[in-house]
Amino acid sequence: MKRGAARQVILTIRLRQLKRMEFTLKTFIFYGFALMTIASALVVVTVRNIVHAAFSLMVTLFGVAGLYVFLQADFLAATQVIVYVGGILVLILFGVMMTSGRFEISIDAKSHIERGQLLIGGVIALALLMLLLTVIANTPVWKNLTDDGTELPPTTERIGELILNGQFLLPFEVVSVLLLVALIGAALISRKEVRDQ
Amino acid sequence: MTLQHYLVISAILFTLGIFAVLTRRNAISILMGIELILNSCNLNFAAFSRFMTPPEDISGQIIAIFGIVLAAAEAAVFLAIILAIYREFGSIRPNEVDTLKG
Repeated sequence: MKRGAARQVILTIRLRQLKRMEFTLKTFIFYGFALMTIASALVVVTVRNIVHAAFSLMVTLFGVAGLYVFLQADFLAATQVIVYVGGILVLILFGVMMTSGRFEISIDAKSHIERGQLLIGGVIALALLMLLLTVIANTPVWKNLTDDGTELPPTTERIGELILNGQFLLPFEVVSVLLLVALIGAALISRKEVRDQ
Repeated sequence: MTLQHYLVISAILFTLGIFAVLTRRNAISILMGIELILNSCNLNFAAFSRFMTPPEDISGQIIAIFGIVLAAAEAAVFLAIILAIYREFGSIRPNEVDTLKG
């Protein structure tokens, strides 16, 4: 009887340790994703070679997708990877390819940032960051909202339900028309002009 | 992880995007800055949807998906305009596109 109780105690302690380990591992991965996102965004902003900037942007987008996973937004994370990494980034690389000179890859090689511009931009960005951080730190409603770690069911079905059969039907249709307009407009703007003969 | 963690990350991304838009001298780098800004907005939507609403309410995530769609449309039109400008001026630095300058 006594032995059984002791075993029970040991088991509960082990379980607690495991839970704590899982918690620390989760936090560790979260901070890893956050660091990855911010560091690669810094590289995007500062590096000279535009192709390097584009690939660094890819790391940033993957980091944001990882943060979506932590927010239990699985469909959103998948969409982020498919649309941004698979679509927009390729589009950006095509843009780089078609607008750079024949032999140079980095378009802004010389004097890519003027000093005064850098100073003013840096001051404005820093002031904005300070403002945002103050607001975040001081808004009482946003305090002490922790993630309790409850696992939610997958969101895909509910998103489909809401978009195609619910509250978001009208915005969905509007956005589809907008995409069509953007498609036609982009094709019209970027085609070569053909003169009538 | 609290809500403020996500808000701080998103604020940093937003500021970096603004910095890129203000200082870069190449239209494609400016586009990358705009993408950073849009990403930070979507992250905010998803974070508020997780922390501020009941768990079965996911409208914030849907708004973030619409945001991604808008970003895709914007990138396509932006690059079309850049191509047209490059064909006209032979350069995509915003400083050199100054035909309308008095």
